Amino acid sequence: MSKLSAFAPVMLFATIAAALGLSLTNDPHKMPSMLIDKPAPKFELAAVDGTPKPLSSDALKGEVMLLNVYASWCPGCRLEHPTLMKIANQKIIPLYGINWKDKPGQGGAWLKQHNNPYLAVGDDPTGRTGIDMGVTGVPETFVIDKGGRIRYRHAGPVTDDVWQDVFEPLLASLRKSP
Amino acid sequence: MVAEIGHYALILALIVSLLQSTVPLIGAHRQDRAAMLFGSYAAITQFAFVSLAFACLTQAFVTSDFSVAVVAANSHTLKPMLYKVSGVWGNHEGSMLLWVFILAIFGAAVAAFGRNLPETLKANTLAVQSMISLGFLAFILFTSNPFARLDPAPLDGNGLNPILQDPGLAFHPPFLYLGYVGFSIAFSFSAAALIEGKVDASWARWVRPWVLAAWCFLTIGITLGSAWAYYTLGWGGWWFWDPVENASFMPWLAGTALLHSALVVERRNALVSWTILLGIFTFTLSLIGTFLVRSGVLTSVHAFATDPARGVFILLLIVAATGGSLILYAIRMPGLKSGSPFSIVSREAGLTLNNVILTVACATVFLGTFYPLIVDLMGRDKISVGPPYYNMTFVPIMIPLLIAMSVGPMLKWKRDTLREALDKLKPAAIAAGVALLVVLGITFGKNIAAGLAIALAAWLVVGSLINLGMRLRIGQVPLGTSLGLARTTPRSFFGLVLAHAGMGLTVLGIAGMSAWATETIQMVRPGGTISLSGYDLKFASVNNVPGPNYDAERAVFNVTRNGRFVTVLETERRFYPVREQQTTVAGIRTNLLSNIYVVIGEPDKKGAWQVRLYYHPLVPWIWLGALIMALGGFVSLSDRRFRVGAPARQKTGATLAPAE
Repeated sequence: MSKLSAFAPVMLFATIAAALGLSLTNDPHKMPSMLIDKPAPKFELAAVDGTPKPLSSDALKGEVMLLNVYASWCPGCRLEHPTLMKIANQKIIPLYGINWKDKPGQGGAWLKQHNNPYLAVGDDPTGRTGIDMGVTGVPETFVIDKGGRIRYRHAGPVTDDVWQDVFEPLLASLRKSP
Repeated sequence: MVAEIGHYALILALIVSLLQSTVPLIGAHRQDRAAMLFGSYAAITQFAFVSLAFACLTQAFVTSDFSVAVVAANSHTLKPMLYKVSGVWGNHEGSMLLWVFILAIFGAAVAAFGRNLPETLKANTLAVQSMISLGFLAFILFTSNPFARLDPAPLDGNGLNPILQDPGLAFHPPFLYLGYVGFSIAFSFSAAALIEGKVDASWARWVRPWVLAAWCFLTIGITLGSAWAYYTLGWGGWWFWDPVENASFMPWLAGTALLHSALVVERRNALVSWTILLGIFTFTLSLIGTFLVRSGVLTSVHAFATDPARGVFILLLIVAATGGSLILYAIRMPGLKSGSPFSIVSREAGLTLNNVILTVACATVFLGTFYPLIVDLMGRDKISVGPPYYNMTFVPIMIPLLIAMSVGPMLKWKRDTLREALDKLKPAAIAAGVALLVVLGITFGKNIAAGLAIALAAWLVVGSLINLGMRLRIGQVPLGTSLGLARTTPRSFFGLVLAHAGMGLTVLGIAGMSAWATETIQMVRPGGTISLSGYDLKFASVNNVPGPNYDAERAVFNVTRNGRFVTVLETERRFYPVREQQTTVAGIRTNLLSNIYVVIGEPDKKGAWQVRLYYHPLVPWIWLGALIMALGGFVSLSDRRFRVGAPARQKTGATLAPAE
């Protein structure tokens, strides 16, 4: 056999290794949202049972705030709940919620059981608003700036670590900018 | 104190591995016997140190020593003892220690049992094996020390991920690793052969038992994993083409190919350089599997704690090991003897076809696993490759292999005619035809695909039995003579029959599952009944039951068929407060022909519960067939040709080589 073909396996492997190396710079959890830097879509949602206020997209401007999408059936939401409560209790940032694809009553019952961290929670039983927002699963958290534009979308639970590593630096920079 | 001993033992093992990877290599080069012998002693010493480290970590888990960070993060005092022990490898650091432990076991086994190996080959093999150990020991000590302390120690631990608290999963990783890591020996042997620049039939005879052992363990490991996924994830599926499953399946495919190509090298001294390449690639796929799981480059249901820094380290290890050996291959290959010719219809040709198909199948899985990554690198699109891709690519590739699987063992070495082999297989063809007609008859011609799949299963099982019958000449000679033949027939032949028949049974299970599985999801109140495929399940009760480290809601179902009592099924939803996580335990009843599978979901406000019920015909044979395959491997492994008569054989091997 020729000398060249002897080097074929090592060339093939070098290509694979290079691709694997490049892949390390890649984060599969990062899903860019189409809505980044665009105004949040319009919606009017009724209040979740047992919560004081309905939620309208008009309320989502004027200051940097969070919009968290949760459901009673979602384990990740239970995981992030203590962090959300901390944010609410220490008044770190205004926090709004959307209850996504829940059966009637369950979203409210869940908040009663675990406490309600949200200033207002809209009920989205059909997931219609979720589609407009580009929600792919719960929990998801959007960062909205003073102008009412979506600046960041986080898929997955917001734990204390995520809060420190991702949200705190982001919020600090957003608050500085006009 | 114990943790410090373990840490110290690991450091000593690292030093020993450094020596073991250099001294015997130089010894083999200079024909220095003392230096070559040093390799064997070093391998056993390394094994002793790694065992000590592993024992220390196990002790920390068993006694719930929460001053050790890994224990605190993954164990809990209330956890049952089995899961305290399995917790040792239920986390990144501990599982890497298990990796190195098994590497050391195989290294020591070659040192201890490889008495018949030529000194230089043994020395080089142990040196290469130790280079891998060196890399992984450094990986553990520098990036993932399992003995890191916590100060102050927490009062109690975090608990093991509840989904991993299961007897099936307790033993899944050790078996999987025995397989994965066992292929390291094939790699080391291949690299050693390249260093010497000499490969012959005897080389294949020495490497084959190690490949076979690793293959058996990997088969069992994958089977346990699949069965575990079936009964704990609560979806009733047995294979998900998840990247991590693929990571263990690719070495299996490559290892199966290696097993068969080494046979050709052993018997006919052909396919030599291809077999060396397979040896390198099989272990590389194991390493890439490890990389996939640890680096977090792909999302998977098997979310291990991932860390890109670890990914970089493992990738460097792969580049060093595989890149190094492939460059060596490129230099040496032109000098390797190319094999003796064989006819297009012969046992060798059959085994070559096996290799071609398995390699293509493995490449298909590889592409499916990495395609999302490639797309992601090139553009911005996020895609996922799922079962439809594999159904369209992997399945059609495997079908010719399964058809050929009955024909191959019928062929003679060197030269044969296809007609003769097919003549012998007539009964198998008839059995397949009957199976197809029966299935079409029962289902009124609707299930052609299932009929063909079951015909294929019959073809494989009956084909294997014919092979057995011909070898023992059953029916042609008196029974006593057949029994006498059975005694003198090498065990490896029985291994072949078992393994090929086992594959047929697995195909049978897959066919039944894909064609006739039924399911229903309903809201049922206690006292209500749901029916599926002739079974009636009465929802008898649902109660809160405390477990050792969880609280469960247990639902009880009375199963009847046509009014006759069948069994009582219990299914649980468990909540683990330590991790705030929920798991389901399916209620499964099997009679080896079919499974009834029930899981409860969420209750609604009005006292009804979501109940999912599945009927899975033939599904147990998916796993039983796979275990029979592994059994075939072990039977083959017990063949005395692998164990004794080695010096005599060494000579025949040496005389064979120049003759061809």
